[in-house]
Amino acid sequence: MIRRLVRYLDQRSGTAPLMRRSMRYLFPDHWSFLLGEVALYAFIVLVVTGTYLALFYTDGTTPVHYHGTYAPLRGQEMTAAYKSVVDLSFSVKAGLLIRQTHHWAADVFIAAIFVHLLRVFFTGAYRTPRELTYWLGVTMLMVALLEGFLGYSLVDDLLSGMGLAIGYAVVLSIPFVGANLAELIWGGPFPGGQSFFARMYILHVFLIPILIAVLLTAHLALVALRHHTQFRGRRQTQRKLVGLPLYPAQTPRSLGLFAAVAGVLFLLGGLVQINPIWLWGPFHTYSSTNGAQPDWYLGWLIGALRLVPGWDFTIGHYTVVPNPFWGGAAFPLVVFGFLYLWPWLERRFGGDVAYHNLLDRPRDAAWRSAIGMGILTWTSFVFFAGASDRVDVLFGLSYSAQIRAYRVLVWVLPIVVGAITYRVCIELRRGELVQGERKRAEAEARAARGPA
Amino acid sequence: MARARDVVLSALLLFVGRPRPPRVRRGDYERIIPERPPDAGGELLAIALFAASALCAIAFVAFYALDRLPNQTQLLGGSLGLSFCFLAAGLIVTGRRVIVTEQLEHDYPAEEHREDQETVARIVEESGDRVTRRRFFKLALFGAGGALGVALITPAASLGPFLDVDPFYATPWRRGRRLVDESGRPYRADDIEVADFYTAFPEGADEENIASPVVLVRLAKDQLALPAALARYPADGIVGYSKICTHAGCALSLYRTPLFSPVEPGPALVCPCHYSTFNVADGGTVEFGPAGRKLPMLPLAIDRHGYLRAAGNFDEPVGPSWWGVRDRKPTS
Amino acid sequence: MTLRRIGPLALLLCCLLAPPAAAPAGGGVVQQGKALYGQYCLSCHGANGRGISQAGKRRIGAGPLRRQAVQVGLGPSLRGVGALAADFYLTTGYMPLQHVGVQPRRSRVLLTNGEIRSLVAYVASLGSGPPIPEPQPQRGSLSQGMQLFTDHCAGCHQIAARGGYVTGAVPPPLQDATPVQIAEAVRVGPYVMPAFSAKAISDAQLDSIIRYVDYTKHPDNRGGWAIGDVGPVPEGLVAWLIGLTALIAVCVVIGERLKQDG
Repeated sequence: MIRRLVRYLDQRSGTAPLMRRSMRYLFPDHWSFLLGEVALYAFIVLVVTGTYLALFYTDGTTPVHYHGTYAPLRGQEMTAAYKSVVDLSFSVKAGLLIRQTHHWAADVFIAAIFVHLLRVFFTGAYRTPRELTYWLGVTMLMVALLEGFLGYSLVDDLLSGMGLAIGYAVVLSIPFVGANLAELIWGGPFPGGQSFFARMYILHVFLIPILIAVLLTAHLALVALRHHTQFRGRRQTQRKLVGLPLYPAQTPRSLGLFAAVAGVLFLLGGLVQINPIWLWGPFHTYSSTNGAQPDWYLGWLIGALRLVPGWDFTIGHYTVVPNPFWGGAAFPLVVFGFLYLWPWLERRFGGDVAYHNLLDRPRDAAWRSAIGMGILTWTSFVFFAGASDRVDVLFGLSYSAQIRAYRVLVWVLPIVVGAITYRVCIELRRGELVQGERKRAEAEARAARGPA
Repeated sequence: MARARDVVLSALLLFVGRPRPPRVRRGDYERIIPERPPDAGGELLAIALFAASALCAIAFVAFYALDRLPNQTQLLGGSLGLSFCFLAAGLIVTGRRVIVTEQLEHDYPAEEHREDQETVARIVEESGDRVTRRRFFKLALFGAGGALGVALITPAASLGPFLDVDPFYATPWRRGRRLVDESGRPYRADDIEVADFYTAFPEGADEENIASPVVLVRLAKDQLALPAALARYPADGIVGYSKICTHAGCALSLYRTPLFSPVEPGPALVCPCHYSTFNVADGGTVEFGPAGRKLPMLPLAIDRHGYLRAAGNFDEPVGPSWWGVRDRKPTS
Repeated sequence: MTLRRIGPLALLLCCLLAPPAAAPAGGGVVQQGKALYGQYCLSCHGANGRGISQAGKRRIGAGPLRRQAVQVGLGPSLRGVGALAADFYLTTGYMPLQHVGVQPRRSRVLLTNGEIRSLVAYVASLGSGPPIPEPQPQRGSLSQGMQLFTDHCAGCHQIAARGGYVTGAVPPPLQDATPVQIAEAVRVGPYVMPAFSAKAISDAQLDSIIRYVDYTKHPDNRGGWAIGDVGPVPEGLVAWLIGLTALIAVCVVIGERLKQDG
């Protein structure tokens, strides 16, 4: 039966050699190589659940009055978009499950990309010949952040509407062209209206998913073409790849991981509430609530926006750099700029231009680990600074005092952590060298004693 | 009774099938996948997990079909999620114990293909040999492409105004416009009491326009400390400020007003997004937080019937800062 | 004895036998309140509730200790605040305050109900102020309450009344507030909270707001575990600590096992 099928396909496409080669394609076995797959499967869950949601959502901004089943909203004026999501959550069977699964999948998707990025960075997997793969990945991370933001902003609830206002302010803050760009994107000053929601909708359900799919395909193709990196081992060398074949060994493992991702996401989607928009109410430009935060992957931006002291940088009447630019645009630009430039920086200043199939352990590359930890500390610290109002509420530590302290710590802490990381790497390596010498000396001593 | 049990057992056996010995290939058959001893326990475990997965999936359909089930989302998510989790477990057990797992070795592909690179480069180069006016031709071709590209992008300018920044200065406020609440009822000056705050809109205007909402508070005469330019803006101690934060555009729905001034912080409008704090007594200066610009103030007047009216436009454009925000006054 | 001599004697007798002078209705309760006031409130709110606007050592006592100088704090005048304010501050434990200048917070109430009643009666006697309100939340409209709450309260207390932060203060969550306390707080405007009079928020509207706040104690959390009803921060924690952690564990199981096979 199998033979008949394979013959049919090969006669019509000539792909039997390709099938044969791909079935024997090898996957090195370390668990950290599966993190990218977690992100991939989360993306698939996003597309499937998202398609379902798109069949119920309407991007209308016409004000309507709610007369549905949820009492606290009855009679309130809201946009058709918000109402469609409330109706989906309350009146469509499994609607709330799919909506929540979709939102959890977005949070987990970006978390998985981030952890995958950490693995790739600290093991040096981005080095020649895999820079293109790496740049595609960093681009996907950036696009995923935007995609998530657009996704939860489509709902037009109070929390996400406030977030859109801040996004508008960040675009406005771009020097020289900010206002013009914002006008173009929003179709006029905030809040924009119907055409702006149409743009968000088409970007979120069509253009960006296609973009991610294309980038993802290229990313995976490059991984396959150059084959996967691996950690050094007895059999694993620069020339020899050791791993499990795609079929039959890797297939059930990967499919199992896919099912596990779907399982965890659906369990979260059914058991843990996320974004209960009926509690927040609809967005109005003249309304706001305390404790509004963006989804976790934009928390670094709210921290940055809160930390920057209150200056608009002006020359006469011309406002060159409005305040939100530093936290909302310059900060992420620097972080992503670092990510994009790093392979080139390492080649240029580290002098290592060789072709690498073997991975470093973090301790093997002290400079890379130190600088990486420094940037990571910088970004994480800003992220946690964004929750300092919560710290005041919970522990009584003055918010303004925290902000003042963090403005200094945010520069000091990365340097300290980077320096410590460097030393730790060096010391670990030294320890291993000493261990190695000791083992060699003992072996020699045993050999000298002879078989006695 | 015993007969029924026999029938069911026989059916199950037929369905499940008796375990067969692993297939042996006869002759000088050279195996690709190495031979390994079977793992009956693993097989049964995987089968059990798949069965559990199937049951959960059926449960999902059942929960879906039932109407008005309490906690329906939890039951649906729990059953579907567990179904996937059992499937995952079954597949992982399959990978570990049922199928053969081999660690193979393979050479990495060639680092590069010099000859092919050379051939490709030569094909491109030699194709250009025929052309006499090389630079001119290239200029013309890429010029056409570039110009066409620009032409195709041009309609994007219809997405919104691009060069015209007048919309950023326009507000629905003008001299004489009455202040109304969210439902359209006009505010009287004596509606405004101390230690309270009120949201007001221009009568007849779009409430969602960010230049519309204004916060009204009443201060005691001795609390006011306005600069000369703004000294005439209050009406009977009532001051009005734009409700939109000049940092990033959130609504200022927090009014901090001390009950006992000697120990409590002074009256201020605070933004819930990044906690920019604006002093309401001195024209809206920034007391704390990342806002880089003071809060725009609306001049107020009381008409002869006691209603509050705007006495003009804001002293500064409304909303977050942009390159021209300090360039001009707001327009009506 | 002539009548002239008996007169003053009789008067003296009457005065000695008469009940304490200038006592309003329920005089015993107010007197008890005054005693409690002297114990707990005098040093910040001053004699007869007149308030103290300058801290320092002062002679404010009455009776045998009146010559002794005591450290006094700062406190607003309580004249005319009425039973409403006194009842609010005492039943929530906002007062007595630990030190001058800190934000009053809900804390353990040290007084018994009887003592609170007396103190409230005393403070009410200091001038004519509003009585303890009697809200009727069941008459209010839930959706009107949500709109009013969004307009007037959510900026500080968060849309689901979980509390939050303002520069210089921490608006508390409202899940422990009783309907009477909510009604009182809205009218008083404690610490830096605005004070909404009946003109700004009518009693009917207040009923709706209280009905909504009541609802927030058990909101519709049909999506599952509500993780605090405060939005994306706990959601992010769950995504990382539950979601991603579980999936990384699966990766370790899949990847790690391979060392034993093949």
